[in-house]
Amino acid sequence: MAILVFADQHNGTFPKSSLEAVSYAARLAQTTGTTCTALTTGPVEGDGGLGQAGASRLLVTDLKGQDSQQLTRLVLAAAEKEAAHIIIFSHDLMGKLVAPRVAARLGAGMVSGATALPDVSSGFVVRRNVFSGKAIADIRVDTEKKVITVTPNSVGIVMTGGAAQVESFSADLGEARTHVRETRTESNEHGIPLPEADLVVSAGRGLKGPEHWGIIEELARELGAATACSRPVSDIGWRPHHEHVGQTGITIRPNLYIAIGISGAIQHLAGVNGSKTIVVVNKDPEAPFFKAADYGIVGDAFEVIPRLIEAARQFKSAR
Amino acid sequence: MKILVCVSKAPDTTSRIAFNADQTAFDENGVQFIVNPYDEWYGLVRALELKETLGGTVTTISVGGADYEPVIRKALAIGADDAVRVDAPESDALYVASQIAAYARGKGFDIILCGKETISFNGSVVPGMVAELLDLPYVPLATKLDIDGQSAVLEREVSGGVEVIEAKLPVVISAAKGMAEQRIPNMRGIMAARTKPLETVAAADASVTTAIKAYSMPPAKGACRYIEPEQAGDLIRILHEEAKVI
Repeated sequence: MAILVFADQHNGTFPKSSLEAVSYAARLAQTTGTTCTALTTGPVEGDGGLGQAGASRLLVTDLKGQDSQQLTRLVLAAAEKEAAHIIIFSHDLMGKLVAPRVAARLGAGMVSGATALPDVSSGFVVRRNVFSGKAIADIRVDTEKKVITVTPNSVGIVMTGGAAQVESFSADLGEARTHVRETRTESNEHGIPLPEADLVVSAGRGLKGPEHWGIIEELARELGAATACSRPVSDIGWRPHHEHVGQTGITIRPNLYIAIGISGAIQHLAGVNGSKTIVVVNKDPEAPFFKAADYGIVGDAFEVIPRLIEAARQFKSAR
Repeated sequence: MKILVCVSKAPDTTSRIAFNADQTAFDENGVQFIVNPYDEWYGLVRALELKETLGGTVTTISVGGADYEPVIRKALAIGADDAVRVDAPESDALYVASQIAAYARGKGFDIILCGKETISFNGSVVPGMVAELLDLPYVPLATKLDIDGQSAVLEREVSGGVEVIEAKLPVVISAAKGMAEQRIPNMRGIMAARTKPLETVAAADASVTTAIKAYSMPPAKGACRYIEPEQAGDLIRILHEEAKVI
């Protein structure tokens, strides 16, 4: 019996979401009296910090590509080798690509997008958000084998100070029936991927035009935040689509979400209501977003933002 | 091109979310159900566009009770040729995926299209399970879908860019925003939908692996604390000292 966690990496570096998944698996292993083995594709230096996050072993393979069937065979082979009864993924692209396949193959009960460690006091119960964040469900998993994907930015990382024993691993993966033809890179100002950002500065139609985004980017830079936008703004092309947060865009749960000139339609809130602290800046005191806000400023963005930038700059230099 | 589109129902975005007395089931009283937007706007409409250019058929499949009919008729009104309802409860993802796979097996569908998730359960799980049960390739979260010979060519947004993916047919795809634009059914479509075939099939044997122990509502937000616009700079200090987020 063991817990296997798939740790996705980019050029040898594990993003925070992968470390969170490893830490989740390690804490669950400790609670249930077993061990945590991590699995990754592609070379890493040492254990890549996964030992710190609680993995006792790390299996490294050199699989390239993102074919879901090959990745599934890889995970199943590793699970068999480790006699793993619980398999953990981050609820990111890789998790969505592979975890459902693994669960279907094993006949395992699956919880997608867990937001807390399982409660094992009576059965095995995992909490997640449902109805686009408007409600919470506690899901009881009734099978011996279990698959869980962990929502990024929701469970934290507990550093254990350990090191993982690294081992190379290979399995018969069969043919790939999907191939990445090309990857087109779009500009990403600060290099902070939006789904993983702790701090997000977001703006909407209240900014009046794409030429006014300079102050948004400047505030984000001073805070070390990623930038985001509302749906209308990405639909009319003021901002790239990958910045669009909301029901049809991406869902984020940063520690801080600053919404400037966004009214707070229910579809937008669905994408951000997991944020720990929400700040709303809007000149309309009736904007529905204020109902979901922790802090509000009723005022003109073009007057308020320069004050925020100045204060953030002073805060940064005082530290 | 023979396409199967998975159609789920979902409560309208503005619905009040409430649960039954023992907090184990969604309270459907007074709730308006719609076709899950990801299934309708992106999956179904792109399937119809492909049929219009390449020929073929578009069949929808739903798993649920007889109350599914209005949602299925809406999908037919938008343009699907025929529909299937598996008469089975929407128990959990693996159970639902097993029903879809059992129906689709051996019927020669080139593409099985699902929305990227339902707006009620947000799992993003069923299409991947269908792919595994049918031993087909799977491309989730596609924002673009075209056909090139015996392959589907898809795009998907990844952090900081776009990937172009080629997948051999037959394939299972989950559709995200960008794949197509919403279509409003016209009167002719609505009239035609009344007489289009809606086949009901019995549930296949499959096990249920999870259950809802309890639903709950997220903790209520405290009141919004307002800061005067002239004192906007104070916000940074408050975020550091009180909210402790910077």
